[in-house]
Amino acid sequence: MSRGLPWGAMGRMAGRRLLFAAPVLLVVTFGVFAVAAASPFDPVKAYAGTAGLTASQENLDQLRANLGVDQPLVHRWWNWLTHALGGDLGDSSVLRAPVSAVIGERIGWSALLAITAFAVAVLLGTSLGVLAARKPGGLLDRCAGSAAYILEAAPAFWLGLLAIWFFAVTLGVLPAGGLTDAASDTVTFGQVASHLVLPAAVLGISQLPWFFLYVRQGVTDALAEDPVRGARARGLSERTVLLGHALRSGMLPMLTLIGSRVPELITGALLVETVFSWPGIAAATVQAATSVDFALLAALTVLATAAVLIGNLLSDLLYGLADPRVGFDG
Amino acid sequence: MTARSIRGTAAAVLAGALALTAAACSNPGGSGAGGGAKDSVVVGIAYEPDSLSPLLGYGKDGNSKIFDGLLAYDGEMRLRPALATALPTVSDDGLTYTYQLREGVKFSDGKPFGAKDVVFTYRTILDEKTNNASRTELDAVKDVTARGEHTVVFTLKYPYAPFDRRTVLPIAPAHIAGEQDVNTGPFTTKPVGTGPYLLTGWSKGEKISFKANPDYWGGAPEVKKFTMAIIKDDDVRATRLRAGELDGAILPPNLAKGFEEDSGRTTYDATTYDYRTVTLPTHHKVTGDTAVRRALDIAVDRETMVDRILEGAGTPAYGPVPTGSEWFTRGTERRYDLEGARRILDDAGWKPGKDGVRVKDGVRAAFPLWYLTGDKLRQEHALAYASDAKKAGIDITTQAGTWEVIEPRMRQDAVLAGGGSPGDPDFDQYTLLMSSLAGDGFNNMAWYDNPAVDRALDAGRESGEPAARKAAYDTVQRELVKNPGYTFLTHIDHLYVVNDRWDGLSTQTEPHDHGLASGPWWNIEDWTPKK
Repeated sequence: MSRGLPWGAMGRMAGRRLLFAAPVLLVVTFGVFAVAAASPFDPVKAYAGTAGLTASQENLDQLRANLGVDQPLVHRWWNWLTHALGGDLGDSSVLRAPVSAVIGERIGWSALLAITAFAVAVLLGTSLGVLAARKPGGLLDRCAGSAAYILEAAPAFWLGLLAIWFFAVTLGVLPAGGLTDAASDTVTFGQVASHLVLPAAVLGISQLPWFFLYVRQGVTDALAEDPVRGARARGLSERTVLLGHALRSGMLPMLTLIGSRVPELITGALLVETVFSWPGIAAATVQAATSVDFALLAALTVLATAAVLIGNLLSDLLYGLADPRVGFDG
Repeated sequence: MTARSIRGTAAAVLAGALALTAAACSNPGGSGAGGGAKDSVVVGIAYEPDSLSPLLGYGKDGNSKIFDGLLAYDGEMRLRPALATALPTVSDDGLTYTYQLREGVKFSDGKPFGAKDVVFTYRTILDEKTNNASRTELDAVKDVTARGEHTVVFTLKYPYAPFDRRTVLPIAPAHIAGEQDVNTGPFTTKPVGTGPYLLTGWSKGEKISFKANPDYWGGAPEVKKFTMAIIKDDDVRATRLRAGELDGAILPPNLAKGFEEDSGRTTYDATTYDYRTVTLPTHHKVTGDTAVRRALDIAVDRETMVDRILEGAGTPAYGPVPTGSEWFTRGTERRYDLEGARRILDDAGWKPGKDGVRVKDGVRAAFPLWYLTGDKLRQEHALAYASDAKKAGIDITTQAGTWEVIEPRMRQDAVLAGGGSPGDPDFDQYTLLMSSLAGDGFNNMAWYDNPAVDRALDAGRESGEPAARKAAYDTVQRELVKNPGYTFLTHIDHLYVVNDRWDGLSTQTEPHDHGLASGPWWNIEDWTPKK
């Protein structure tokens, strides 16, 4: 790859994907509106809350008209779409604020959590995978392998509750939730860092088995291939063989994995954020869904869809770079 | 890759991400300076408001901390002046209420408070474009006008005696809230008011933080920093109270018991108007029958419900008005009398069938009873009610559902409902019992229809004479004995455990939905440090 990056081909691929993304987003947003409209939850009741239980019918009907949810489905979707294209994402009814403000103040914290967790999963998964592949059937391989299968089966929220019980309640060493302590008003680096440890670790560890298993398999296979045998025959150090040869070819399937894990990371983050009262977009997503908050729900879905599409594009680009035989035609 | 470089990379990623996010956004919660722990109070609550804008319903029953109403309730639920200098003067026909406003009061942004703010607040709430679900409570208001800078006049559509009790509603600043979208503007999360506390941060789902308003017209509060941590889970709230992170919390009776022995903590038992009741729909062949209603009314063992379900933290309920209230009609208590219930049913022609369930004219004495999914308290009440009814030969099938499932069935099916607003006997009884409100939203869910009650309810809200009002509500409660369209079961006490660091704690009579306003911290601005 000393020839420099093939920017042209990469750009063309990104452009093609972008063109393809438009109809996908259209279908997805319409799907969200349709599903939300078909859901048994009533947006007016969700909006009014307990006050709705003493409100007059006339009051509730007026609310329905004000919120615009008395309009037909297609009309509402088209309205939202045209406004969204003009840069106006609408107002969130459940959070009583413009959608852009709601997402703006949360997405940073969600990104922080997701990126940290992803880094934990990739780095820890890769290093454990390499170590396990070095001695297949060894103690580390067996322990980490069975732990990986158990973690794979364990839901993230369950891990989260377990971690709270152990680290926050029993040991009392880490905070149980929130961004800062309840009594603290200022967001300091130390506060956020200590509050980030548990949720990021739980989210990262719930993603880790995939990376571990892929890397372990990839490196084990690579270790049996000719280039590795050749490298060993040339008398290169075990370290160079492992990291320079086996890991490099064993990493290829992992690049695909990075893209395909993004959706899982988002759904996992939803649960983890809820368990740890993390002020990210997940709490807003849950509220938006149960209160049938069309504008917020649609914007969040677009965001999630975009994350998936970008994740796929990224992994295809990386793959093309790492293995020139694949190219950028996809 | 060595362990050190992994750690280094992780730290670099973390630091980079932190820097990015710190630049990209602020904490949805907070800013402002943190105070010392000595003059700060952190309490755990289960409820979070949707908005902090009075225009959208926040603080409508008083104690909004950030705002003041024209009037306020004291510890005994009597009205006292707040932003008004005195209780209003009422015209002889009961249609005009005149308030003199306090002079020299300033909003926390330094701008003066005046009549225009009161007019703005009430007119905006009454505007149908405002998404305020409690607008019906101000139904009586025809118009509100300013007379000069410091006088506000309300004119009503009909005489409404408890109107002054609605004017505890917080006043919003016209110069800020009037400049933006009332439903979604920044004022809904960044309020500016005249109240004893200023909002320093609101991290949704996590906490609401306040600091004392040093220029409060009623004197600067001694609790300088006040935080409400929103913790929905009862067990987590109890754990964090025990861990010392919280100074006080609302807890269910079983968890509050765990703190009983603690020295240094006190449990406050707040009496309430918070009732649980079973609607007996008029349009159902069984529940519409007065004999069945009367039988059920005395076949339920309310004392046992209080002891077992509420663990003693509550009282038997015979109507929306709790037995401890001055509005309660002595002598309308119903004694548990299973034999009496059986006799009533026998006399009315409900004869036991083969399976023990009574039958009359081919109609089985059976009906479904709905309760809200996930509401354990209502579920337990429903099951106890069904088991008591079974002993009298009435077969009740309990079913769980969400309001979306229950609402279309309310005309025919019984529902385990709850409610209660302590301000005035009119508030609950009118909406529960007035026949013209049958099926109007969630009002009069049982479609109760009793002309004597209708007349008394109208008399009770129209008359300004306390004695006439008392007589009217006595009539309502006596009629409910003769024809109980609802079986009232219990009034539920709310329990709070608070550290003994401050003096001046008490509780008000609390409503059904425990908002921010409830709990011993209803008057936190008056607390003083323990000597």
